[in-house]
Amino acid sequence: MAAGRTLDGMSDDVAIRVRGLRKAYGDNVAVADLDLDVHRGEVFALLGPNGAGKTTTVEILEGYRHRDAGEVRVLDADPARPTPDWRGRVGIVLQGTGEFDDLTVAEVVHHFAGFYPGADDPDKVIERVGLAAKAQARTHTLSGGQKRRLDVALGIIGRPELLFLDEPTTGFDPEARREFWELIRDLSAAGTTIVLTTHYLDEAEALADRAGVIAGGRLVEVAAPNLLGNRQEALATVSWRTPDGTLESAESASPTALVTELAARFGGEVPGLTVTRPTLEDIYLKMIGHR
Amino acid sequence: MTTTTKPAAPVAAAPAARRLGPTSLALRQGRLEIRQFLRSRESVVFTLGFPIIMVLIFASIFDDDLGSGASYTQYFITGMIATGLMTVSFQNLGIWIPIERDRGVLKRYRGTPMPKWVWFAGKVIMVLVIGVVMTALLLAVSVTLFDLNLPATAAAWFTFGWVSILGITACTLCGIAISSLARTARSGSAVVTPIALVLQFISGVFFVFTNLPPWMQQVAALFPLKWMCQGLRSVFLPESFGANEPGGSFELTRVALVLGAWCVIGLLLCLTTFRWTTRRDG
Repeated sequence: MAAGRTLDGMSDDVAIRVRGLRKAYGDNVAVADLDLDVHRGEVFALLGPNGAGKTTTVEILEGYRHRDAGEVRVLDADPARPTPDWRGRVGIVLQGTGEFDDLTVAEVVHHFAGFYPGADDPDKVIERVGLAAKAQARTHTLSGGQKRRLDVALGIIGRPELLFLDEPTTGFDPEARREFWELIRDLSAAGTTIVLTTHYLDEAEALADRAGVIAGGRLVEVAAPNLLGNRQEALATVSWRTPDGTLESAESASPTALVTELAARFGGEVPGLTVTRPTLEDIYLKMIGHR
Repeated sequence: MTTTTKPAAPVAAAPAARRLGPTSLALRQGRLEIRQFLRSRESVVFTLGFPIIMVLIFASIFDDDLGSGASYTQYFITGMIATGLMTVSFQNLGIWIPIERDRGVLKRYRGTPMPKWVWFAGKVIMVLVIGVVMTALLLAVSVTLFDLNLPATAAAWFTFGWVSILGITACTLCGIAISSLARTARSGSAVVTPIALVLQFISGVFFVFTNLPPWMQQVAALFPLKWMCQGLRSVFLPESFGANEPGGSFELTRVALVLGAWCVIGLLLCLTTFRWTTRRDG
């Protein structure tokens, strides 16, 4: 790792650094004392229920909203004072779709490409997001998922170093989501830093190097998705059916031993045997429920 | 011997960074706005068609002589040119900007490196081009069907030019400013249309201005449309008609002052109140 450190103590490999971020709308505190670090090149997922402060946080990082307090650095700049140069390095896919009405997909993407000094080839980008067949269609004729793809095209047309995606796959069918995930993996492999908010835990699990759970305007935990909430060490639940047909279950730190013991008790197959560990969803619901 | 070369560093492999200059950014934006306008049937019919239809109807129904060598038709046509200029600028922008804001178009532009002024420049170019087209159409219809005389002197054309430009600038700035009043996409038209309609009635577009009650004339004199109409009458009506105006002449200096003041007011309102996002959106 390069040893360089900037004057304010920000290391070269940090794309986003947030300390004590606070934002309130009237009496409603949307973000309360939030700390966050995103490293260059990683895919970071921000998880949380509606109203947890995800979009507010992301829109402050994108330079759309002003913070009440706290220190925020995004690509070594304060997003509250965005310069065109900084904007050129940041790609944004906002929550919800935008509509350009009577313009075609190709016209919009070509037009936006003109704003970025290092823009990608618009036709290639249209192809990449899977809109090649719709390139000449007016944008208002697109389906919800297709409009979302157009948003993604506009987010990546400038070949950003850092890409924000706010609930990017809402309205996608399963196949479109898989394709989208591939696109994100490609971008990430090419070195793009990605910050993604999502409701879908499988999306975080599939894409993110690290995930942060946000609840009540605070980041309650940050970990690799498979380690969130000490998921690896959580007790396993073993359940089986007794001879009279009732379902029994037990939580165990050593499920293998319990299964061996059950096998001995039943003299072979254990009827209705399942061994489960809490899913990411279980962990997540527990985390946000506790607040 | 192989033709394969060592791949260049990613940065070098990127297409040479080309940053568009301010003029081409503005022209691209203007072209896009014009294209969008022409593709929207409502805009074309409402903005371009309305003044022409009104001229066809009113000029056909009424043909009184107003004295001093002017006919009601001529009087009404100058009012409709002024109205048309207000429609392409004030109404057009006041109605469409809230829609674009609501649909997240503005927010998306804001997230790009596009300098803010480029977006405004695009709107201004669109308004100017559509304004010229509309004025030309109105004049063509009026000259061929209603015997309107085009200005004969360079000085008259000059007055026509500056009154139109000052008027359309004031109305453009006010249209952009008032777009921030609308809370939703739909309410833009509800905010703008009544204002425009009332101004048309009290500013001497449908009725001869001096026939209106004095208090109504006083109110109208506060707003740009009355002065745009008066300035254009000085271009298209005989000079002698100036004596019929409320001030006893066409008062071109006052026309320039009031329209100039509205440009300043509109600009200040734009700078202080313009919103790229909807209210619920921070």
